[in-house]
Amino acid sequence: MADLTAQAGPVLAADGTPLKRSLGRALRRQKLRALALIAPLLLFVVLSFVWPIIEMLSRSVNNEIVANTLPETVVALAEWDASTGELPSEEVYAAFARDLIVAIDAKQHTRLGSRLNYEKTGMASMFRRSGRTVKKWDPVEDAPFKEKFLDVHDGWGDIETWKVIQTYSPTVTRGYFLNAVDMRLTPEGAAAQPEDKRVLIKLFGRTLWMSLVITSVCIILGYPVAWIMANLPMRQANLLLILVLLPFWTSLLVRTSAWKVLLQQQGVINDILVWLGMVADDGRLVMINNQTGTIIAMTHILLPFMILPMYSVMQTIPPTYLRAAKSLGATNWTAFWRVYFPQSVPGIGAGSILVFILAIGYYITPEIVGGTKGVFISNRIAYHISSSLNWGLAAALGTILLVVVLGLYWCYDKIVGIDNVKLG
Amino acid sequence: MALDANGDAFVEFDRVQKSYDGETLVVKDLNLSLPRGEFLTMLGPSGSGKTTCLMMLAGFETATHGDIRLGGVSINNIPPHKRGIGMVFQNYALFPHMTVAENLSFPLEVRNMGKSEREGKVKRALDMVQMGEFGGRRPAQLSGGQQQRIALARALVFEAELVLMDEPLGALDKQLREHMQFEIKHIADNLGITVVYVTHDQTEALTMSDRVAVFNDGVIQQLAPPDLLYEEPQNSFVAQFIGENNTLMGEVVSMAEDKAEVKLDNGEVIDTVPVNVNAVGERTLVSIRPERVEFNKDRLQPGAHTVHAEVLEFIYMGDIYRTRLRVAGNENFIVKTRNAPDQRRLQAGEKLEIGWRPQDCRALDA
Repeated sequence: MADLTAQAGPVLAADGTPLKRSLGRALRRQKLRALALIAPLLLFVVLSFVWPIIEMLSRSVNNEIVANTLPETVVALAEWDASTGELPSEEVYAAFARDLIVAIDAKQHTRLGSRLNYEKTGMASMFRRSGRTVKKWDPVEDAPFKEKFLDVHDGWGDIETWKVIQTYSPTVTRGYFLNAVDMRLTPEGAAAQPEDKRVLIKLFGRTLWMSLVITSVCIILGYPVAWIMANLPMRQANLLLILVLLPFWTSLLVRTSAWKVLLQQQGVINDILVWLGMVADDGRLVMINNQTGTIIAMTHILLPFMILPMYSVMQTIPPTYLRAAKSLGATNWTAFWRVYFPQSVPGIGAGSILVFILAIGYYITPEIVGGTKGVFISNRIAYHISSSLNWGLAAALGTILLVVVLGLYWCYDKIVGIDNVKLG
Repeated sequence: MALDANGDAFVEFDRVQKSYDGETLVVKDLNLSLPRGEFLTMLGPSGSGKTTCLMMLAGFETATHGDIRLGGVSINNIPPHKRGIGMVFQNYALFPHMTVAENLSFPLEVRNMGKSEREGKVKRALDMVQMGEFGGRRPAQLSGGQQQRIALARALVFEAELVLMDEPLGALDKQLREHMQFEIKHIADNLGITVVYVTHDQTEALTMSDRVAVFNDGVIQQLAPPDLLYEEPQNSFVAQFIGENNTLMGEVVSMAEDKAEVKLDNGEVIDTVPVNVNAVGERTLVSIRPERVEFNKDRLQPGAHTVHAEVLEFIYMGDIYRTRLRVAGNENFIVKTRNAPDQRRLQAGEKLEIGWRPQDCRALDA
């Protein structure tokens, strides 16, 4: 046997084939069967989760609508130099007329109008109103078009209009991402948004800050509960566990609405405080439709996600460590702080990651109790998805949120080490 | 009772009782005192109250009744961290997030000792257990035996005079366990510390201890040095718990000061030492150690009673022969003989007469 291992080259199996291939063949069946078992779930996840996310995120840079709707105009505009301060030539207007007539037939022009409206207000109505007139034109007989367009709408004589169309001609744009960080794409390149339009960076900051506050409050409130649960006898611990899990069995919406009832100015808490004389009737506390409301309600909702990982980690810390520390002369506090706490850190880490990531993307609760001051970036995303229909910006905001979370996760891995995180 | 030179007990349990549920006593009326420097082992089956006693001494359990004194002072109301008692736990309880040196340094830090002094003491303690090289390692990187040494060093590093050990060798394999038994014993002797050691392993108890307290049912059944415990058990529990033991049931037919004749259930009569039988006619359990049984008639005292036996099985065990006999209806009567050149190997089916010195055969409570 000694010469078998000593020989150079790959180790051979008994029949002379390389051992690696032989092993691979032996395990192939097993691998195939394992794959077949997870295939349905894998397929489901890819189709219903991975693919939609990719599709949605790709919208953050996708700008095919301009080039698709106005193919000739885009080519003609490429020649035009906006810095001369002159309007595009008749050639461009003619191309634009041909494109627009086709688009109007296909009822595509209003869509393009709303797309360009994100970049310059008023473009949507320009396209809509011009549509009615341009519909009747003939691409050959009605030439030249420049003057006619200027008659239909002053906007076509505005150099800015053409600048926007030219800037957004490429099929891939960074415009949405610039918008997402309070900037905009101009023909001269990226520029800051006007002062009154800069809200998103502030909203990102607020989302991060409030998520941090919520995570910290969850740690402070959850740690003692997890500790008690881990140190009680099984029966009582299970009872407590049920109490911790109880909120999960109630609808999120109901819980959040309940907070509304409790926190509002004519609500239960204020009523009690007034009744107790601790607060004057005309000085009722404002605890809802602001950041306080969001923090209170979200802390309550996310608390179980903090307690459970902490509990599962604390359960694995044998009580003998505390006894050992005390027998070595440590006071209760020293024993806890030097011996117990460091060992419970992986639980805090796991709970914090969980709560923080859930909080940063939370939507329903801030929507209901947050008012205007207590909303998160996700509420803005939802607004762009369902009200303003600017899906590109929504996708860009979502992508940034995802990257921020991944970045934080990476930092956390570097500092604490993800191997130290135990979820159970 | 063994006491200090000046007559003071170092550790003293005075009528200590302990109950967890208020219905049953786990420890019933415990009285125990040990002098400075003694190595005392609490031995007993699980649930016998030995660990509870240790925990009361360490301060993790409070006595329901009675006094525990350390150096003459009652420590009932002193919290564990002020008792200054070193303790080695069953699973070592080394702090996993600290290195070995930090583990050892911990008891010194909480005593506000200076850094240089700490380092010196940690180094000495590590050298004492021959682990000087391992200060920078984490406990998880050490083998069971090494962790055991570190746990020992940690319990000793702050120079406690009393060290408690709660089945410290339970997790080690047999060979290492035997090795560590001697090592712990030597370190304890060298330092002159008092040790209270809890185990359910009787060999460990016999090998290491100055005295052994055999616990059962919350009561100390016998407190004696190992040799007395083995050779002169005071009741049938101790006789059967310590070492291997042959038992025969019978009835006392005659009583004298140091000799009682017992009529076995098959009618044969043997000589015994009465230990806790008091009157003729009492039922008794007779106990004989397997290595004290003699089947070579020449070595028996003249006039000694013998009983009939039949060989059922002969087992060769290397250093000894182990022979299973049927004696007075008991089919598990074992005889151990040394593997010597002139030793006879008994054959299954062989019939013979066996006997023993009367003092090796003890009539105990039935």
